[in-house]
Amino acid sequence: MSIIEQEREVIQKQESPQSTPVLDAWLTTVDHKKIGVLYIVMAVVFLVIGGCEALIIRLQLMYPRSTLVQPDTFNGLFTMHGTTMVFFVGMPILIGIGNYLVPLMIGARDMAFPRLNAFGFWATLFGGLLVYFSFVAGGAPTIGWFAYAPLTERTFSRGSATDFWALGLLVSGVGTLTAGINFIASILGMRSPGMTLRKIPFFAWTMLWTSVLLLFAMPPLTASLVMVLLDRNLGTHFFDVQNGGSAVLWQHLFWFFGHPEVYILILPVFGMISEIIPVFSRKVLFGYEFMAAATAAIAFISMGVWAHHMFTIGMSRVLDLYFAVASLLVSIPTGIKLFNWLATMYGGRIYLASPMLFAIGFLSMFVIGGLTGIMLAIVPFDFQLTDSYFVVGHFHWVLIGGTLFGTFAGIHYWYPKVTGRMLSERIAAWQFWLLYIGFILTFGPMHVAGMLGMPRRIYTYEPGMGWELWNQLSTVGAIIQAPSFVLFVYNLIASAWWGKPAGDNPWNAWTLEWATTSPPPVYNFETLPIVHSRRPLWDLAHPDDPDWKYE
Amino acid sequence: MNTLLVLASEGAKNLSIFDPASPSAESIRNLSMLVLAICGVIFVIVEGVLCYCLLNFGRSSEKGMEPPQVYGSKPIEIAWTAAPALIVFILVLVTTRALWEVETDPPKPQSDDNALFVTVVGRQWWWEYTYEIYDGKKLGFTTSNELHIPVGQKDKKRPVHLALKSADVCHSFWVPRLAGKTDCIPGRTNYVYLQPSQPGLFLGQCAEYCGAQHANMMIRVVAEPVDEFEKWLAHEQDIAVDDPQVAQGKGAFLSQSCVNCHRVRGTSAVGTFGPDLTHLMSRKTLASGMTANSPETLRGWVTDPQKVKPSCLMPAFGLTDHDRDQLIDYLLTLK
Amino acid sequence: MSKGGQNMTYVNYSAQPLDDERPLPLPPPIIPEVGFSPAQWGMLSFLVSEVAFFSTLIVVYLSFLGADRSGPTPSILSVPLVIGTTLCLLASSATVHLATKSQNLGKGEDFLKWWSATIVLGIIFLAGTAYEWRELIVVHHLTISRNLFGSTYYTLVGFHALHVSVGVIVMLTVLGMTLSQLLTSASKAAVELVSWYWHFVDCVWLVVFAVVYVAGR
Repeated sequence: MSIIEQEREVIQKQESPQSTPVLDAWLTTVDHKKIGVLYIVMAVVFLVIGGCEALIIRLQLMYPRSTLVQPDTFNGLFTMHGTTMVFFVGMPILIGIGNYLVPLMIGARDMAFPRLNAFGFWATLFGGLLVYFSFVAGGAPTIGWFAYAPLTERTFSRGSATDFWALGLLVSGVGTLTAGINFIASILGMRSPGMTLRKIPFFAWTMLWTSVLLLFAMPPLTASLVMVLLDRNLGTHFFDVQNGGSAVLWQHLFWFFGHPEVYILILPVFGMISEIIPVFSRKVLFGYEFMAAATAAIAFISMGVWAHHMFTIGMSRVLDLYFAVASLLVSIPTGIKLFNWLATMYGGRIYLASPMLFAIGFLSMFVIGGLTGIMLAIVPFDFQLTDSYFVVGHFHWVLIGGTLFGTFAGIHYWYPKVTGRMLSERIAAWQFWLLYIGFILTFGPMHVAGMLGMPRRIYTYEPGMGWELWNQLSTVGAIIQAPSFVLFVYNLIASAWWGKPAGDNPWNAWTLEWATTSPPPVYNFETLPIVHSRRPLWDLAHPDDPDWKYE
Repeated sequence: MNTLLVLASEGAKNLSIFDPASPSAESIRNLSMLVLAICGVIFVIVEGVLCYCLLNFGRSSEKGMEPPQVYGSKPIEIAWTAAPALIVFILVLVTTRALWEVETDPPKPQSDDNALFVTVVGRQWWWEYTYEIYDGKKLGFTTSNELHIPVGQKDKKRPVHLALKSADVCHSFWVPRLAGKTDCIPGRTNYVYLQPSQPGLFLGQCAEYCGAQHANMMIRVVAEPVDEFEKWLAHEQDIAVDDPQVAQGKGAFLSQSCVNCHRVRGTSAVGTFGPDLTHLMSRKTLASGMTANSPETLRGWVTDPQKVKPSCLMPAFGLTDHDRDQLIDYLLTLK
Repeated sequence: MSKGGQNMTYVNYSAQPLDDERPLPLPPPIIPEVGFSPAQWGMLSFLVSEVAFFSTLIVVYLSFLGADRSGPTPSILSVPLVIGTTLCLLASSATVHLATKSQNLGKGEDFLKWWSATIVLGIIFLAGTAYEWRELIVVHHLTISRNLFGSTYYTLVGFHALHVSVGVIVMLTVLGMTLSQLLTSASKAAVELVSWYWHFVDCVWLVVFAVVYVAGR
């Protein structure tokens, strides 16, 4: 039997949709598509909650010496805002999108470990709920999202909030780790015939490297959280400075996780953008091999730069310089990616549908975030900029301008596949422009406030420091941004009922997920596909000039 | 750049990092100008290409014809790897030079070195300054809230070396016009070097979140001409004023729990948990820069510190009005 | 043809000739890939994450070595006892290897014998650790909160013992399922993966032993 004739499996329907109640189906599902949707719904809910927290923060900072909220309320708000956005929005939404798409993209019927997949989701959600339980158990933690020791010791953080925070992150971290294991096993072991690692869709490649980072970054966080819990509850001395413990140790351990974490939050987005820009420029991705190598380089380098968050703790000049150089180095593969995307657009036929609109938003904004990152890598400059509003501006720029815009691009791109209906382009355009303008207005002035001496995490400030104007601009920007999220949620829900039917491949795209129905059947594909190139549907549409001639 | 920013900042206070008044802040400013320029050029080029693509390669009405598919180009990839690498190389060089300029190990105090050595201890939520050595001579008094330093001349520099510590959690000492920030980490000592080029009041704040009142840990550096500074120094070294008219107030102070936390040199109050009050009234502000220092604000503070600075570590002591007024009268004499 | 992609029926991707005479290019033959199964990749990934976890704990242990100014130090550790437990663990790696081999060769009885031996050796290791800890706590008054050494020692060795315990429980489950014939030929994969986990736990112990009981004392 030749290879081509293999892989004709007899399909058995795994469930009859009418026989099980809807809720039960969703609560007990192990189908990667449903789990992906669950992750995304969880993330969107937490996005709204975290956004409300941010709005209150911005309203408090509108005027100097404002008394809108109490000091510790504010401190709890920014702690929960950061924790929520990183752990319960950013990672789940990307893992959810990955969960939905990776099996489809590699021509598989599900992830490698479907039950582990479900466990991962429920653990992530449970962790989020544990952290939020602190609100009703005496108040939110007021330790900052990176929880520097010894502020987290029982001496300085009485009450159980810090314990809920640590425990919740521990539990959700385990869930996240299992997602990483699942992605690696699936991408490495379940690709359809002909799809060598060099031919997988770029999003799958970035999910692979994201998962590698998860394997290396999550366990140190787990260990660190265990140590905090042990210090607080069993009297150990890891961060108990009076008894020989080390505050700096926490910083090293946390950032060893924390820096790869932000690359975990951006690499899948790089993958999504690399799927969207080619389709909406009608050109193949320029320089796939270099892009792939750049992704691996970014993943490697990102593991060695963590102490650039710690330039002011008094490390030696040599160590400072090493971390500066390593951090600057990461800009080279990132630049390669940026240029490759531009080269993909160059000479193409660009169609500005909503996915491409958000992708352009991503491109235009991520450059700036990357450049401010370069500024922060310059150690002496960092001595002034770190721990000020400049950093707040920088990381929101890369997380919103980068992760969020890219995620919105992905959601607008794949929503038709998931639901079988198109999102409203009109609402999407309104959402985009409100977000784009509001976002620039919110976070641009923060760079100025930082350079004018405004430190971060302050619940109020003195009048006459020169910071009022910038804070007010930021708050106005936040108020402009807020409706865009409402529009987004509305668009998601309303289009599921009233959106235009999408068909299998509304964007005329080329990867395998577009080769099945929208939404896909529970078994994904009727027959498992055999591929010869990175764009199987291009090959099918252009049998006279297929991709594999050029790859 | 700084004129723009200072114009942009409405108030009288100037904390701009682009208006340096000390050598290390100046090194940083010079470096930052170069970095901003390089980043600005990159920004213009990249966004320019993006705009060019959007304007020139839009979709025309004819659907279905795919443009030429370009899979890649090794020479181009190498080019746009080499160019950023070169820029990174330049940035590494300038970073190294500035870093070695800015971060130096503190020297050992010597006689007639015109140097001032102060130990700064960050505490929740105020700053303690222990003056150790000036011009080779030991000092050994502690004050808080205001850091007075001398301004040297071009021919006679007067460096100020701060040793930074913490008594509890992580803090960060940041006076933008004088130096980059340096953390105060419990269990270790860090060093920062100031040398103001002009007299004046330089403001700053704690720059590492340290709990409830992190926002109100102000830093006030008073840079004075040498003679004024030395006068201040002499005055600070004196023990507290002992005005017999407020003897009752002093008695109240010494018999209450105030002495558990506060020190007034020359009396039996030797507490070290709170700020040293020997020359309380020589300071312009209270509560680590939160409020002005006046009889009314002092009264408000002593009555209930939690109303002024919620969660601060000084509780309200429930004094009777009479006791409290006597106490205030005594404190007001501690000039 | 020129539109392509829209509402496309799913067909086999090997190129089919069109009606006209132009021959279409044929793709190169697909070379079947050999590699690990998804389950093997899964276990390997998990073990990589465990390496990261234990490395963190070992780094913390090393960074606090010698930092105590009071309380018991590593000199109180009883090396002979631990050499004994280490030998048990090493032997258990050998027995689990033999069990895996027997399973692959289809020798069910031998498999049960060696698998049970592994479980017993694992339990002996845990009992030895418990005995060692009892002595440390009761005789030397080293508790987890006593000092830095107590904190780092119990955390590191404790998490390793936890991993051994989980391994023992999983092996007991496999044993039970094999005996009640719930696991059949699929158990080859399960046995192999559990044995990888067990070898890993053993390797971690060798590192912990070297760091805590040899180099650190």
